[in-house]
Amino acid sequence: MRKEKVEKRITRKEALSLFQSSDLLELGMKADETRKKLHPEGVVTFVVDRNINYTNVCINKCRFCAFWRDENSPDAYVLGRDLLFNKIEETIELGGTQILLQGGLHPSLDIDYYRELLISIKERFDINIHGFSPPEICYMADSADITVPETLRLLKDAGLDSIPGGGAEILSDRVREILSPKKIRSSRWLEVMENAHMLGMRTTATMMFGSVEKPEDVIIHLDSIRELQDRTGGFTAFIPWSFQPGNTDLGIGDWGLGTGNQKKSKPRPPISKPRFPATAVDYLRILALSRIYLDNVENIQASWVTQGLKMAQVALRFGANDFGSTMIEENVVASTGVSYSVSKEDIIHAIRSAGFKPAQRDTFYNLIHRY
Amino acid sequence: MLERITEKVVSGKRLTGKEALRLFESDDIFSLGRLASCVAGKKNGRKAYFIRNRHINPTNICVNRCRFCAFSRSKGQEGAFGLTVEDIIGKLKPYCLEKGGLGGISEVHIVGGLHPEWPFEYYLEMISTIKKCFPKLHIKAFTAVEVDYMSRISGLSLYDTLSTLKASGLGSMPGGGAEIFAPEIRKRLCPEKISGERWLEVMETAHQAGIRTNATMLYGHIEHYKHRVDHLVKLRELQDRTGGFQAFIPLAYHPKNTQIQGGYTSGIDDLKTIAVSRLVLDNFDHIKAYWIMLGEKISQLALKFGADDIDGTIIEEKITHSAGGLTAEHLAADQLVNLIMKAGKIPVERDSFYRKVRP
Repeated sequence: MRKEKVEKRITRKEALSLFQSSDLLELGMKADETRKKLHPEGVVTFVVDRNINYTNVCINKCRFCAFWRDENSPDAYVLGRDLLFNKIEETIELGGTQILLQGGLHPSLDIDYYRELLISIKERFDINIHGFSPPEICYMADSADITVPETLRLLKDAGLDSIPGGGAEILSDRVREILSPKKIRSSRWLEVMENAHMLGMRTTATMMFGSVEKPEDVIIHLDSIRELQDRTGGFTAFIPWSFQPGNTDLGIGDWGLGTGNQKKSKPRPPISKPRFPATAVDYLRILALSRIYLDNVENIQASWVTQGLKMAQVALRFGANDFGSTMIEENVVASTGVSYSVSKEDIIHAIRSAGFKPAQRDTFYNLIHRY
Repeated sequence: MLERITEKVVSGKRLTGKEALRLFESDDIFSLGRLASCVAGKKNGRKAYFIRNRHINPTNICVNRCRFCAFSRSKGQEGAFGLTVEDIIGKLKPYCLEKGGLGGISEVHIVGGLHPEWPFEYYLEMISTIKKCFPKLHIKAFTAVEVDYMSRISGLSLYDTLSTLKASGLGSMPGGGAEIFAPEIRKRLCPEKISGERWLEVMETAHQAGIRTNATMLYGHIEHYKHRVDHLVKLRELQDRTGGFQAFIPLAYHPKNTQIQGGYTSGIDDLKTIAVSRLVLDNFDHIKAYWIMLGEKISQLALKFGADDIDGTIIEEKITHSAGGLTAEHLAADQLVNLIMKAGKIPVERDSFYRKVRP
C-alpha cells in the first residue's frame, strides 16, 4: 500500500511539465480527484479567528508589502495590552477559537516582551495562539543571540500553540533576493518549521506567487515543503495566495528610479516587476498543482481574502478543502487596497452553495461544529 | 454519465431540454467546461472579444417594481434622477474625442427605468442628438421592456416604434429584461413587467425591423434549473426563426438592497451556467461573460467554460452596483487584454457587430 503510494508520487520534473503544458481544466480535474480521495465526505472547514497584528513597525520592508512602517513613522504602532485583550474577548464572544498573532520585526521589542505577551494572554483567555511566522522567530532569536530551537522552546513554554506559515513567499533564494532581500533565506524558514515540528508544534505553510517567480521556483517551493513534511508531518495545511501589487514597492510602475519618494529609492530589479496581479486562471493553476504535488499535506486552503468568495468556491473544485479563517479583522492584505467584507454566515452559505458541507474547525483541523 | 450528450455535441446535434437539464444537474464541471470550450472553439477559434464602451442610465425612475431590482426609484423619491440630453452628451464627450479622449469608445449602452412622464419623442431626441454629436458612435439602447413601454406611450405598433428608433440612430438593442420567462417565476419576481412572451415578441419584431439584439437570463434567485432550460430553449426557437440575436448573456443575480434578497450565486454555478448556455444555444454565435456581474475573475474563467466575450470597459455602472456589485465599475482595455491572454485566448477588440476594431 505504502509502496504503491511512493511509486505514484509525482516528481519535480513531472510536476514542472504538468504545470507548463496542462490546460487549466486538466489540472483542476486531477486536483479535484486528489481532494476527493483525501476528503471524500465533502466537508469544507473554516476557523473562526482574528488576525491581530501587534505592530506594523518592520525593519524588513519587503517590496511586496504595503503594511510596514518605520519606527518613527506617524502611523507606526505597537498594540497596547488593553486593546489586545479587548480584541481577544470579542473574538471569543464571536465563537472564535484562535488568534493569529503576527507583526513586523520591531527593533525595540525583545523575546521577553513576546513571552510576557503570550503569558498575559494565556492567563486570561482559553484560546489557541497561532503566532509568529519564521521571520519573526528568527529575528527574536538573533536579537537575543540564542538559537532558533531555544527561542521556540521559550515561546512554547510561554503559551505559543502553533505557528503560521507566513514569510515563506517563494522558497527560492533568487526570488527572495528581489522580493525581500532582508528577509530570512529559504533554508532558515524551513529550519524554523522543522524545529517547531520537532517540538510538537503544528504549523501551516504558505506561498506567495504571482510576483517575479518562474514555474521552476514554484516547484522548488512545493518540493521543499513536501520534503520537510515527509520527515516531520508537522504541516497542517498549505495556503497559496497571490501577490497583491496595490501600495507596494513592487507594484509601483517606476520603482527603482528614485522619484524623491523614499519608498521608491531602491535598486532596479534584475527581473521586471509584474504589471498585473495574478489572474483567476493563474491562481487556480497554482492551487491545483499544490494539491497534486503535496500528497502528504492534508489540507489546502482557498484564500477568499485575496480572491473573493466566488473564486474561493471555485477553488473547492480545484484542490482546496478549507476556507481558512472568517477573519474578524484583517490588516495586511487590506493595506494593498484589496478587501472583501465577509461574515461567518456568508462563508457558510458560500461553502454550501458550492455543493459542500460547511464545518467550523479548530487550529488542528478537528471539527467543532457542522452546519 | 455525460457520454451520450458529449457524443451528440461533438457530432453537432442539438440537445433536448431534458439533456440540458441533465447538464445543469451534473457535478462534472470539468467535462462541461471542456465540452463547452470545444463548441466555443468551433464557433470562434481561440478568439475572445471585448469592446470599448460606456454605459449610461438615463433614469432610475421606473413605473415597475421588480423584486430583484435595487436600482429603481419612484419620482420624487430620494436618489431618483433623470438625465437631460445635455447631461448624456456631457457624459459621452470625454470618451468620444478623436484626439486626447479617454480611450475612444465605439459603443454606448443605454438602459434605464420606465419613466412615467417622458414622451417617446424624448427618447428619439436622445438618440438623434447622440448620433449628431458623435456620428461614429454605435448606439445600443433600450431593452425590450423599454421598447414595449415606448410603444404604449406613443400609441405606435411595435414595428413602427422600432423603425422610428432605428431611423433616429438606434444601432442595436441590449438583451435585458428577459429575466426568466416562466410565468410562475415572473409573477413573483417582476409582476409589473411584460411577460416572457411579450419580451420575445418585441425581440422578434426588432429582428424583423433589421435591429440586432442580445438576449439575457437573470439566474440564481428563486428559479429552478428547469426554468433556466425553458428560457434557453425559447431563445433558441426564436433564434431559429430570425437569427437576430448576437450574444447570449447569463446574468448572475445580486441580492443586496432587493426585495427578494437571498444569497449571491456560487462561482461554480456561474461557470456551469455559461457552459450549459454554450451547449444549448447552438445557434448563437457568442456567449458573453459579463464581468460587471460575474466579477473579472469568474469572467476570465468563463473563457475556459465556453464564453468568448467579456464585454467592455463600461466606465460607469449603476444597476448591478445598486444590488451589491462587488466589482469595480471600469476596467481599462489593457486589463481586459491581460485577462484574456492569461486565459490562453487571443484578445480581439470588437465593434458592436463583432467586427475586429484593432488586433
